[in-house]
Amino acid sequence: MSANHDGANLLEVRGLTKIFGTLTACNHVDLNIAKGEIHALLGENGAGKSTLVKMLFGSLEPNSGEIFWDGKPVKITSPGVAKKLGIGMVFQHFSLFEALTAAENIALSLNDGSPIGTIAAKARALSYSYGLPLDPESLVGDLSVGERQRIEIIRCLLQTPQLIILDEPTSVLTPQEADKLFETLERLRAEGKSILYISHRLEEVKRICDRATVLRHGKVVGHCNPRQETAASLARMMVGNEVKAVVRAPAEGIETAPALLEIRGLTRKPATPFAIPLKNISLAVRAGEVIGIAGVAGNGQGEFFESVSGEVLQQDAGSVRIRGKDAGALSITGRRLMGAAFVPEERLGHGAAPRMKLSENLLLSRHATDGKAFVSGGMVKNASVYSAAQRIITAMDVRKSAPDPEAAALSGGNLQKFIVGRELDRRPSVMVVNQPTWGVDAGAAAHIRQALIELARSGSAVLVISQDLDELFELSDAIAVMHNGELSQPLPIAEATFEKIGLLMGGAEPGHAEHRMEVA
Amino acid sequence: MRIELVKRPQRSALFSVLSPFIAFALTIVAGGIMFALLGVNPFSAFEIYFVEPISQLWQLHELAIKAAPLILIAVGLSVCYKANIWNIGAEGQFVFGAIFGSIIPVMFPGFEGPLVLPLMLLLGMLGGALYASIPALLKTRFSTNEILTSLMLVYVAQLFLDWMVRGPWRDPQGHGFPQTIQFGDWAVLPQLMPDDGRANWGFVFALVAAVAIWLMMSRMLKGFEVRVLGSSPRAGRFAGFGFNKMVFFCFLLSGALAGLAGISEVSGAIGQLQPVISPGYGFTAIIVAFLGRLNPLGIVAAGLVLALTYLGGEAVQSALGISDKVARVFQGMLLFFVLGCDTLIHYRIRLIGLALTKPNGAAKLDAAPKLEEAR
Repeated sequence: MSANHDGANLLEVRGLTKIFGTLTACNHVDLNIAKGEIHALLGENGAGKSTLVKMLFGSLEPNSGEIFWDGKPVKITSPGVAKKLGIGMVFQHFSLFEALTAAENIALSLNDGSPIGTIAAKARALSYSYGLPLDPESLVGDLSVGERQRIEIIRCLLQTPQLIILDEPTSVLTPQEADKLFETLERLRAEGKSILYISHRLEEVKRICDRATVLRHGKVVGHCNPRQETAASLARMMVGNEVKAVVRAPAEGIETAPALLEIRGLTRKPATPFAIPLKNISLAVRAGEVIGIAGVAGNGQGEFFESVSGEVLQQDAGSVRIRGKDAGALSITGRRLMGAAFVPEERLGHGAAPRMKLSENLLLSRHATDGKAFVSGGMVKNASVYSAAQRIITAMDVRKSAPDPEAAALSGGNLQKFIVGRELDRRPSVMVVNQPTWGVDAGAAAHIRQALIELARSGSAVLVISQDLDELFELSDAIAVMHNGELSQPLPIAEATFEKIGLLMGGAEPGHAEHRMEVA
Repeated sequence: MRIELVKRPQRSALFSVLSPFIAFALTIVAGGIMFALLGVNPFSAFEIYFVEPISQLWQLHELAIKAAPLILIAVGLSVCYKANIWNIGAEGQFVFGAIFGSIIPVMFPGFEGPLVLPLMLLLGMLGGALYASIPALLKTRFSTNEILTSLMLVYVAQLFLDWMVRGPWRDPQGHGFPQTIQFGDWAVLPQLMPDDGRANWGFVFALVAAVAIWLMMSRMLKGFEVRVLGSSPRAGRFAGFGFNKMVFFCFLLSGALAGLAGISEVSGAIGQLQPVISPGYGFTAIIVAFLGRLNPLGIVAAGLVLALTYLGGEAVQSALGISDKVARVFQGMLLFFVLGCDTLIHYRIRLIGLALTKPNGAAKLDAAPKLEEAR
């Protein structure tokens, strides 16, 4: 690399454009990153952040535009090129082999032939010096998500990068783990390294970032100093207009209401060596209330959802009860017929078949519950399915380009509105939602959250699993925390704080957390 | 230089419809080259291959005889393939249908009456379905690959038939020929229009099956289930559709149809069991299924085209002295071009220059301007 000029731009991007078919994911994006700064890249999901970063890291090729590194024009044609330049990246979704140790994973990506012992020693030294303790001999499969992220960060730092790109790093961390990460980032900045920090969490951007570039619909809509902005003004820049706040009327008479969904001592052995076992989970969701389940990703939420929905059956029929009757031995169809509705985390390929029309996707979850309306003598009544789909599209304000498009043709937020609307349309008495607004823009998210609250207030039991604490605090009447396959007692929302929930997410004993709060 | 397939953002609806025709045209061009290399005038060869075999009424009957098993088998396979389940063993299910259906005329030749034929057809379907249930069971119980097991079971079935007609079921008065006794009158599938040609009720079965499966796939919940599980299995599980049940449904359905084709062929066109009862209908039906775009109505048309390749192969053999393996070559080319066209509908080809893929060339910073020129 050429000589360092203090304060000069390390990376300069001019007019970078990436087109996918008819979608311009990045439209003449300009971006400057100075040496020794933490630069935030802000934007809603689908604003083009990931596309931009992938071009900087060489995994996507831009259609046009220029990139300058240390003032020189460069073409970043592959991640290998990016690494040689001195760009390191920590991905949102980790690329680690679970059956290998941390050191082996690091050795695989370094690929320089140095013996594993040397790498392990280096990794250990580096991890302690940055306050990210890591045991290089441990199997990745045994590590928590936060620890796995440390491997990714250490792996990135071992290549002594000048620029480190972090994609939504705190989405998998407890608030306390995030604090630790921020300390590390500040250390790196002090050493003169630059960091490109991608997030949609405004508070943390305000806290650690020096400058921010805001993207909306693939275009740069502004640069700012986040410390001089408020969360609301940043949100306005990201979204383009004011976001309607969600209103949660106080729930009344919940204590005496019947429990519509009961989980009693739900236990599940791991189906694969890396699945999380569920340990004696008990929970009751009463008519009229929203219960939130918080937790860092990969602590058994997916396994829990599958068990409650009936995609996986229980041996003990009484471990899942719907409206007072045992449902543990019933399939998902049987549970739906008892009045339950489910929205899974993955939209494409789980909640909806991507290559099928919206009307067909309506049939997907309702062919049995609305058997009379939609099916007669084995034949599908296409006209009534179509009109029901249109009713949902109107009720949920689903934006689309054709009257009955394929699910994959919709944006994530609009498809999620349809999938949630498909279940709400049935007026289910029990609704279980995993990640209701993951990857959904703020406007659509507010719409979905409001609809879930209204469903509860009309007398249904609503269970929301989410990794987004802001969302849970907005929605829930009580929050329970899932950690390593165990579920804590739900804390009433009036008693819950970010810190209490955060400690539980990190695995603190419930009683211990309570105690510490009282002392503090 | 490197060739890469890049997924197209949208599939062209026009070319999806055109692709079988383009594939057919390409097959004709490549076939013409092949005839020229064999020293035959391609134009007269094509006339003998594609036109003469269907120029008289009785020949159309022969076409229907060849098309019937192809269509019957292919509509069953189309359901499997839509569900992403790969039954490659229809040839074996065809053979087992023929063996099961022949139990009555071979072992109980004294049993006569109008019940004989329906029972034979039902037994034929049962035989095909039972034989197809083996790969289904192996797949659902042990996660074996159904492509391998169903294919290997074809050879088991063929050898079993060979043993049956040489051993236990050989006609005692047959002068030692490896064949069963001739079926009695009640056991023969009647001809449709005996005055014009030999075509039998097998062709009607094929058409009825095609329309029924088309109705199921496009209008019924069961067809929806097949399509959902085929395109996104996890969404299918979320819908409450069981994958293992679907594996059995597809194998039993396609096996039964292949078995029906088998017993129809033996009872209608051959009249007895012999060591070889099929010129590879079960395999050619795979081509028919894809050429018909896995649509049962398209499969009827595709079945007729492929039946013509059989007749044409026989015609060029007798008229020009060219091996009837030509028919296999035509079938192979057709499948190749159909799959090729389908791939290009979903993907486009991108050529990537050598310079860009060299590990070091691209990495050096000062090489960047040269790269620009290289493009």
